[in-house]
Amino acid sequence: MNAKIPEGKLSEKWSNYKSHAKLVNPANRKKLDIIVVGTGLAGASCAASLAEQGYNVKSFCFQDTPRRAHSVAAQGGVNACKNYKNDGDSVYRMFYDTIKGGDFRSREANVYRLAECSANLIDQAVAQGVPFAREYGGYLNNRSFGGVQVSRTFYARGQTGQQLLLGSYQALMRQVAAGRIQLFSRHEMLELVVIDGKARGIISRDLETGEIERHSAHAVVLATGGYGKIYYLSTLAMGCNGSAIWRAHKKGAYMAGVSWIQVHPTSLPQHGEHQSKLTLMSESLRNDGRIWVPKKQNDTRHPNDIPEEERDYYLERRYPSFGNLAPRDISSRAAKERIDAGHGVGEMKNAVCLDFSKAIREQGKDKIEEKYGNLFRMYEKITGINAYTEPMLISPSAHFTMGGLWVDYELMTTIPGLFALGEANFGDHGANRLGANSLLQACVDGYFIAPYTIPNYLAGELKTGKIDVKDPAFDFAERKVRRQLGDLMHIQGHLSADYFHKTLGKLLYDKCGLSRSKEGLEEAIKEIKMLRERFYKELRIPGDGKVNSELEKAGRVADYLELGELMCYDALTRNESCGAHFREEYQTPDGEALRDDQNFCFVSAWEYKGKDAEEELHKEPLEFTEVELAVRSYK
Amino acid sequence: MKLYLKIWRQEDRTSYGKLADYTLDNVSEHMSFLEMLDMLNEALVEKGERVVEFDHDCREGICGQCGVMINGRAHGPLSNTTTCQLHMRSFKDGDTIYIEPFRATAFPIIRDLKIDRTSFDRIIAAGGFISASTGQAPEANSIPINHETAEAAFDSAACIGCGACVATCKNSSAALFTSAKVAHLALLPQGKEEARTRVKSMMNQMDSEGFGHCTNTEACEVECPQEISVLNIARMNYEYNKSRILEK
Repeated sequence: MNAKIPEGKLSEKWSNYKSHAKLVNPANRKKLDIIVVGTGLAGASCAASLAEQGYNVKSFCFQDTPRRAHSVAAQGGVNACKNYKNDGDSVYRMFYDTIKGGDFRSREANVYRLAECSANLIDQAVAQGVPFAREYGGYLNNRSFGGVQVSRTFYARGQTGQQLLLGSYQALMRQVAAGRIQLFSRHEMLELVVIDGKARGIISRDLETGEIERHSAHAVVLATGGYGKIYYLSTLAMGCNGSAIWRAHKKGAYMAGVSWIQVHPTSLPQHGEHQSKLTLMSESLRNDGRIWVPKKQNDTRHPNDIPEEERDYYLERRYPSFGNLAPRDISSRAAKERIDAGHGVGEMKNAVCLDFSKAIREQGKDKIEEKYGNLFRMYEKITGINAYTEPMLISPSAHFTMGGLWVDYELMTTIPGLFALGEANFGDHGANRLGANSLLQACVDGYFIAPYTIPNYLAGELKTGKIDVKDPAFDFAERKVRRQLGDLMHIQGHLSADYFHKTLGKLLYDKCGLSRSKEGLEEAIKEIKMLRERFYKELRIPGDGKVNSELEKAGRVADYLELGELMCYDALTRNESCGAHFREEYQTPDGEALRDDQNFCFVSAWEYKGKDAEEELHKEPLEFTEVELAVRSYK
Repeated sequence: MKLYLKIWRQEDRTSYGKLADYTLDNVSEHMSFLEMLDMLNEALVEKGERVVEFDHDCREGICGQCGVMINGRAHGPLSNTTTCQLHMRSFKDGDTIYIEPFRATAFPIIRDLKIDRTSFDRIIAAGGFISASTGQAPEANSIPINHETAEAAFDSAACIGCGACVATCKNSSAALFTSAKVAHLALLPQGKEEARTRVKSMMNQMDSEGFGHCTNTEACEVECPQEISVLNIARMNYEYNKSRILEK
């Protein structure tokens, strides 16, 4: 495992890399094929940028069109250190905020590069026609997000992700029209093909005809997003899955930071057994909303009937300097602590109040409506409650995976020729991601990093020639896929894939969610093994091998049942608390995360060792030369 | 509540479909419409019957993948709401609900309620972009755009591409969808360079896909989850006429 961090001063590493990266002659580029799986911000921007350079790109997504990828759902904004507000922002400040926000568990060089490229991204998006919010003078506007003290978040109302994604989707479609990208929508990648140790293609399934297809390339890019849907109830789309990266993992790519999953503090609470989704309410609401629970346990009064002096504004109480804008991991944990202590509100006692009454009193209803109107409308559509007259009920929900495929500085995994971009890699967010940094990372990976690092790799592939899909490695991979699909269809039990997904999700949420303990994790590992056995005996998939959403779900759940176990091992072997990873045994007397820099200042990277064998842990030490490891305090 | 469902079942693009009857009990008013369909499918799995196929993904009204006709209305009884944001409190005990796919020549049915909307992708590919390759962008604030223009461009850009406008239109016209993109890009200074060619090529593509013409019934605006205004269609026609006049 070599992270391949370039030499030189931190601020010069990326420039040095770019100056020395190998190039491919324009005439040779059309001889090289690249597969990009996933069409979210990372995938679409990478595919479009590489096609613009002249490579042959094949782009895959399971949705009916690339524009639906889940980047579309990001609401709040995208960070960039433009310092348009003249409030002290800089590349270094942004780098430091992100390193600290990640609880000092990310690579300095990667995070610095992220901050460095952020400004360019805003330029790129504006050039594509992304309608960011503007001030009356015509210049770009900004707002503030959790965990920072400057205003560096650019936004397009509450639909920033959608607008950025449409920008990269349109860039992608432009290349489709130009004949440089071949688009495969309603296709799901089911296997990675490796020849002589290098990634050489994929096996995919056409989700309409059921056909199993072979696609070869000189490099394969996975930009397939995160696996937070493993908890079943999450803020993610129903189709979000970890299958592409998990199958690559089983072919030899290491997985890192697997159990670092962000739980978002402000989503709508669960209300019943049939619920499929926990809708996110943007973090920007915490700019004006105040979070509280009743001081009395099991208080059954309506929130409006609870007088001011009987309310506990616990974030303001515990974290006076950041208050309601404390980072996500801290806010979510504080909510869970109050809910577990019996102060939760709502029908299932699983929520806390997000109250706008003070802001409405001070700024007027119109002002609040102008800022958050779409969110209040969405809240009313889903709950039937008017949040202008009573507090919103919110609750923590699984959201973003900081973990993913281990990649080096070039975003290449441990399999040469296999790259992972965006949320699919273990990324720049360490153990906790700051709000509005995920859109940024996805875009920076796809627009600005991969277009340098992938050609650098491809420069060595010029003599390879076309990769033949008749290679025995393709035969082998295809047989494996067909066998797995056949096995799943033949189980003929009596339970749906959703049943297993929900059971796994609940188990992981309780034992490998917001807080973890040695005992709980050990139990979870045993229970997941048992659940997996039941899955292969009791699953039932009716229907045929063509359009079959039950078959699609079953394949994803089968992977989740393995990935979930690795999550627990990852959490179990990290005897410290950092960011989103909170081990109950390792906390300060006042309940804050207790990091152990002496023994755990490394990235855990896991190597698959075969069915039923324990995975091997590799450690990539994290060296900090520019920042000092500090206790992460928001008090 | 107890519901009587009549759902369109169709094997594939070429076969004939028909409405099938299902009865569903114990539906809670808090459930979303799609969760009600999940519940039905769960019951079908237990019985070993093929589930009802329907498109959906984000379930928060933004991805645009869901969308069915519910009692003859695109996305159901509420105006400006996606199917996933519709909740069962909009129905009552004993209701009969007809559930059918969005229908249009340019939206072939794939199976049951799933349709093929790649015609929308091809309209975008025909010119729904600004040709700004990665690396060409100037400093973002070097192109000031006044607040109102930026907001108006956003209003048009907010389209989620669900196809409800087409499904509800008696002509199956894609004018609202196409015009929203034409207007979004034509309003912005960055998009003006290609405005003339863009509008023609997108409208030609729209026609060649088999979408009908717009006859200004304005039904599309009522169903549009993003409340895209029909004034976009007026702007598209203006841009089209402008491009025709200028080319002479």
